[in-house]
Amino acid sequence: MNIHTLANHLNSLGNNSQTGFQFDCYPIDGEVEVLQVNVVGREEIPVFVSVTDNQILCISYLWGENEVNQERRSEMFETMLELNIPMPLSAFAKIDDKYVVYGALSLQSSMLEIEQELAVLSDNCLEVIDEMVDYLK
Amino acid sequence: MGILNKILTAFRGGATEVGQSIVDANSTRIFEQEIRDAEKHLTNAKRELTDVMAKEMQASREVDRLKRSITEHEGYVAQALDKGNEALAIEVAEKIAQLEQELAEQQTANDSFSAHAVRLKDLVKKTERQLSDYQRQLSMVKTTESVQKATATITDSFASSNSKLLNAKDSLERIKARQQQFDDRLKAAETLAEEGSDKSLQAKLAEAGIGEQKSNANAVLERIKARKS
Repeated sequence: MNIHTLANHLNSLGNNSQTGFQFDCYPIDGEVEVLQVNVVGREEIPVFVSVTDNQILCISYLWGENEVNQERRSEMFETMLELNIPMPLSAFAKIDDKYVVYGALSLQSSMLEIEQELAVLSDNCLEVIDEMVDYLK
Repeated sequence: MGILNKILTAFRGGATEVGQSIVDANSTRIFEQEIRDAEKHLTNAKRELTDVMAKEMQASREVDRLKRSITEHEGYVAQALDKGNEALAIEVAEKIAQLEQELAEQQTANDSFSAHAVRLKDLVKKTERQLSDYQRQLSMVKTTESVQKATATITDSFASSNSKLLNAKDSLERIKARQQQFDDRLKAAETLAEEGSDKSLQAKLAEAGIGEQKSNANAVLERIKARKS
């Protein structure tokens, strides 16, 4: 599994995806290869995919620490913890100063499973922002 | 103190800035080398264990054989005594003493192999546990590093392409607005299609009995009758 085969697959799906979404993928070169997956219609909130030695990581950025209403920060944390299990397939995390939702998949995952992961992650992301926007400035 | 603590310490120490890594590459390599060494030790220990267990089985068979032989010779002594052949009985008894000596030696060897096998099994178990713990820790460090590098890659890419990740509220607004626009357009198109086909107007007129009426059997019959008369 590498991000190029994944990109080719997702780009070739067109209107025939199982999830009803269309995907636009752009590999980003760097020390670690990352695939930017844009869900058509949701380009503002892309999903980033990287493949490590033992898993496929799909990450979407929610908001930065600078967007958080600091007075309601601990309330936000509590809500995140409470939503962590009900939220299907994804979990909350923090990378540097950014809050994210992410899903980790086995390297043996099928293309369909990855597609579903991306779709669910994107849905979760929108829903989380919609639900938690009150904690933001 | 596990690796989690080191990772957290590194985070809090500000090692999260681009270019700095959690654990420097060199120490990751050393760690990987340690894991390879431990794997080698484990393979050796398992091989040694197999040898020792084989020797233990061999010694145990030898102990059984000697015990059987002693019992057998004890029978011979009894028989020789029964026949009043004391000289032969002593000769056999000497043989028994020799066998007992051998048995004691074999038994000691057997005990020592058993003890060695137990120690080796413990060692193998301990090394296996240690190894899987090393591997878990290494995978945590590597994942952390990989995520940080990926983040740096993403940040660089956005910086160089002059685009930027919008803040969450704006992103959501824009996506929602686009979705709304799409829904509105869909609805408008449906309405337009309905009106355009004149379906609604025709239907209304027909309902009101205005305009061209559909012919029916009765009307046809009336028309023909009228023509005939």
